[in-house]
Amino acid sequence: MSVSHAELREVSKVFPAAGGQGDVHALGPIDLNLAKGEVIAVVGPSGCGKTTLLEILAGLAVPSGGSISFEGRPVRGEVPDGIGVVFQEDASLPWLTVWDNISFGLRRAGIGAAEIKRRVDDVISFMGLEDFARAYPAQLSGGMRQRVCIARTLVLEPRLILLDEPFGALDQQTRLLMGDELLRLWRKTGATIFLITHAIDEAVMLADRVAVMSARPGCFIDLVKTEWGRDRDSRVVADGRFGALTGRVWTRLREESLKSVGRSINRVPAAALS
Amino acid sequence: MNQVTLVRLCVIAGSVLAVEALCRFGVINRLTLLPPSEMAAYLVHLLVSGEINQAIVQTFSNVAIAFVLSVVFGFVLGAVIHAMPRLRRACDPFLASYYSVPIFVFYPLFVSLFGLNRWPLIMIGFLFAITAMVIATLNGLDRVPPVLVKFARVHRMSRSAEILRVVLPAAGPYLFTGVKLALAYSFIGVLAGEFILSGGGLGYAIAYAYDAFDNRTMYALMLFVLIVVTAINSALFIWEQRLLRRRGKV
Repeated sequence: MSVSHAELREVSKVFPAAGGQGDVHALGPIDLNLAKGEVIAVVGPSGCGKTTLLEILAGLAVPSGGSISFEGRPVRGEVPDGIGVVFQEDASLPWLTVWDNISFGLRRAGIGAAEIKRRVDDVISFMGLEDFARAYPAQLSGGMRQRVCIARTLVLEPRLILLDEPFGALDQQTRLLMGDELLRLWRKTGATIFLITHAIDEAVMLADRVAVMSARPGCFIDLVKTEWGRDRDSRVVADGRFGALTGRVWTRLREESLKSVGRSINRVPAAALS
Repeated sequence: MNQVTLVRLCVIAGSVLAVEALCRFGVINRLTLLPPSEMAAYLVHLLVSGEINQAIVQTFSNVAIAFVLSVVFGFVLGAVIHAMPRLRRACDPFLASYYSVPIFVFYPLFVSLFGLNRWPLIMIGFLFAITAMVIATLNGLDRVPPVLVKFARVHRMSRSAEILRVVLPAAGPYLFTGVKLALAYSFIGVLAGEFILSGGGLGYAIAYAYDAFDNRTMYALMLFVLIVVTAINSALFIWEQRLLRRRGKV
């Protein structure tokens, strides 16, 4: 996992002034190396620029400063081939069936019908969507729709998958199970995964490294290595180290979260917590 | 057939039968209203004899031209206004108060511009319908989820592919409402124009029969217009419901 797959150097984002207010320094400077085949999760307080960071890495937004590269080629304002993005919001196309949603990108790429059928059927089977292939997204639950969006990304066989709080709208149990599915597809595809999440437990369970961001302007203030095995799943929550890791992340995050909600920290003496 | 449709059909059939009975038993004077069965019989006679064929062709071709022009130009204008927020802010008051303008007063202007032919009437139908399409387009484009636009960019779509494959289908239900309204307004504009201002078409034929106390022709033609407009709108309604059902909106 030492080969660099994507790199961010001194990346920052400043939004221009609106309504007579000053410029908003939203992000950075950020430095990050994504190793090929790793899962990295980013956690941070609300409004710290996590989604902006993902959009810059995807090529959906242009940074104000710094540089990004993917597989050695610069990324700037255009999504490079080989990157797939799963959004937090439901991005399924409501006028298409599940099968047509998943095959959408392949059809656009001009791939032959037989190959499209093979790949779509494979991914539908992998994601457990066989019974819903002819259903429309409106007939599915939120979790199933998100599966469709993941399947639609997966079928294109991206080498870098960016996920922006993909399980944010799901209940805790479904999130854990979807996390297992994400790990399963990661093991199958070997793709590099960059995951934005609010949930510390999800980040620690899924990631090889958890990057903790500060309040705005978002910078990395800690990078926590989890050192789980490649065959991990949601049962790591029962591991003794899980609590220590989530505790470390939360300790770094708590102060930043309080800053982001504009409250002073109510410091409790450490002795009172013991 | 579901229960709602059955109730709807029963209400219509009951109303027609009630009017029929009131006319047949003399409660309603025949000079005021003919029994629906007589209207229908005379309509069949008119259609078979071919007496109104020219009027039908004239009216429906005018409506069709006004409708197509209003949908195409309404969509393009709506898309342009949507893409230019300043223009939109400037146009909003005009769009909001558009239907308070009596469009028929422009008929003499259209006659002087286009001559005494079908185009002044088409322009009235067009002007009646276009704003409904512009407003529907603005509504539809406003409601395209931003995440779908990002999705299009992730798939490296050109601007035209993004519009054709993502934006238009996403805005589809709202555009469909605009199309429905544009059709209704085209009918209203053209028929009312013929009724008041023209020397031909179904609207004029109804007005002529009215002036000549020819109740049979007048009611038969009114029934014909009613049946055609209701049939077209029902077909569009069924299609719209099917689209909305797919999206879980009904």
